[in-house]
Amino acid sequence: MTFLIEAYAFFYQFADAFAFLVLCGLGLAIIFGMMGVINLAHGEFIMCGAYITVLTARAGVPLPFAMLAGTAAAGVVGLIVELLIIRRLYHRLFDSIVATWALSLIATQGMLIVAGPSIEGLKTPFGSFELGEYSFSVYRALLPLIALLLLAGLYWLFVHTRFGIHSRATIEDADMARALGASTRRIYSQTFTLGAALAGLTGALYAPTITAVPTMGQAFIVQSFVTVVVSGADVMLGLAPSAAVLAFIQSLLTKSYGQLIGQIGLLLTVIVVVRVLPKGISGWVLQRNGRR
Amino acid sequence: MRRLLTLLDGPQTLGGGPLFWAAFAAIVVAAALIPQFVNAFAVSNLTYFLLWVFMALGLSLIWGYAGILSFGQTAFFGLAGYTYGVISVNVGDAGLWTWFAFVVALAMPAVLAAVLGYFMFYGGVRDVFVGIVTLSVTLVFETFMAQTAGPEWTIGEARLNGFNGMSNMPPLTLPWGDGALIFDGPAFFWLVLALVVVAYVGLRILVNSRFGNVLVAIRENADRAEMLGYNVRMYQLAVFVIGSVLAGMSGALYTLWGSYITPSSMGLTAAALPIIWVAAGGRKDLTATLVATVFLTWLSQQLAVRGNQYALIWMGAILLTVVLFAPQGLFVSLWKTAHSKLRRHRRPATAKTVPSLPG
Repeated sequence: MTFLIEAYAFFYQFADAFAFLVLCGLGLAIIFGMMGVINLAHGEFIMCGAYITVLTARAGVPLPFAMLAGTAAAGVVGLIVELLIIRRLYHRLFDSIVATWALSLIATQGMLIVAGPSIEGLKTPFGSFELGEYSFSVYRALLPLIALLLLAGLYWLFVHTRFGIHSRATIEDADMARALGASTRRIYSQTFTLGAALAGLTGALYAPTITAVPTMGQAFIVQSFVTVVVSGADVMLGLAPSAAVLAFIQSLLTKSYGQLIGQIGLLLTVIVVVRVLPKGISGWVLQRNGRR
Repeated sequence: MRRLLTLLDGPQTLGGGPLFWAAFAAIVVAAALIPQFVNAFAVSNLTYFLLWVFMALGLSLIWGYAGILSFGQTAFFGLAGYTYGVISVNVGDAGLWTWFAFVVALAMPAVLAAVLGYFMFYGGVRDVFVGIVTLSVTLVFETFMAQTAGPEWTIGEARLNGFNGMSNMPPLTLPWGDGALIFDGPAFFWLVLALVVVAYVGLRILVNSRFGNVLVAIRENADRAEMLGYNVRMYQLAVFVIGSVLAGMSGALYTLWGSYITPSSMGLTAAALPIIWVAAGGRKDLTATLVATVFLTWLSQQLAVRGNQYALIWMGAILLTVVLFAPQGLFVSLWKTAHSKLRRHRRPATAKTVPSLPG
């Protein structure tokens, strides 16, 4: 019995890390995979989602609606950023990296000035359950399921909707898609908005479990990057396996040597993956199947 | 020697000619005289503005000239800083030992850059992935140093001290007659100023030489350069090592300047700063980078000193504006605008007629 509990404790930790990596990586991966833009302000979209969620929930809005508000807010900000900035930098990779980095600095410091070093958090809903000597949070145990549901929802979005078909055509060959009447500009706008909204959702989902601080984006963005790099450009194919592998490495190292070593393990994994599989897991799968 | 001097001006650098160098000499002399007129605090500040120049020049070389975006120059900065700290605390300031520590502090980044560069460039890591690997390295380093708070993390007599960082390293010291010449205050300022001049002039010669031309060829089109027979990977490795040693120079001097070094000097925000300076000034020109670095470190310090929280916001806003409206960089754009205005002014409406080719 103790063995089973130990095993579940490890699985819980693994699933928790998995959910975190998937949720962090989603928004970034979609923007990177679709537009080739590396959004260094990704962490700040997450922060935006978390802040709006906390603020609206504390104003008395029920938590699920507060989370939706956080998601929507990040999406709207994303749309504005796309229209004003990203749109001008499509074929200038370095410049888009630098510009989003600038945005991230402005957002972090701006939030610090507006809202102070931290705001009062929310209570984690649903309480906890106990197994043996361990105590687990129900809410955190649910997050992996939400992550999987979200992946399924995105799969549906990209395979079964008009937006999905147009956007996949745009990835495959943007000029051809345009020639066939798909408005690539609009698709890019929608994609960036979607990516930002997903980042906002991540912030919203984690808002009840953490203290929102202006610099929280930095904690998220490293994890996000790691997941996306290991995943490669094809989100649907690579993200879940990538998050699973990384979560396993991280939870194993964290369990034995502590959190910082777990973090270092992730970063070292990325360095090795970039060298061995430059196109990530999805690139490797596609290559094996002879598609590219 | 003569040949080297002709390389001071060339196609890869803006500015040149007698007037430019006369102005340069005047500025250097004026800067060297400053400590005579201002207090110790101002001298210390000036030193601070100058000591970042090396890391920025190195990044300009790597990113602007060779087209490799390294996000992790701060890894070399921190490595050099910590190396100086660990060695100097152990060997003390007797004899030439602080200089030994300084030289090793520059050698360590060279070794790390050589290993990492070999791993990347000879391993086919390209484009934005170089940025990801270098950023990962600096974050690994930061995280590692941050967890060295315990007493077991001691090298000789030097405690690494985790997140609080190391402090109390001795300054550079030279035995001088009976006493010793200690490089702090004005002496340290002059040392840094001299090193800036050497680095700037040396890099100008480097980028206008054959080596620099090949770098630019690789930046413009790596495949073409390879087809033309250049060993692209070797050039990339070489330029990465040079730029990283320069970042290490900044790190060692920073450690000397404040006598402390912390893991956060390698974190995300710290890693962003050199990118901002180089991108804002104009990454493809050394002079623009130098001016931008001194100007922006001065500006952010001015903002911070006045209790203004908007320093980072201003940095971000400047960077954003430059990327959107002056993609070549602020100072490069200003220079080019001023130059073309002047030229038009001197020769009104006498557009040279281009002789048509015979045949």
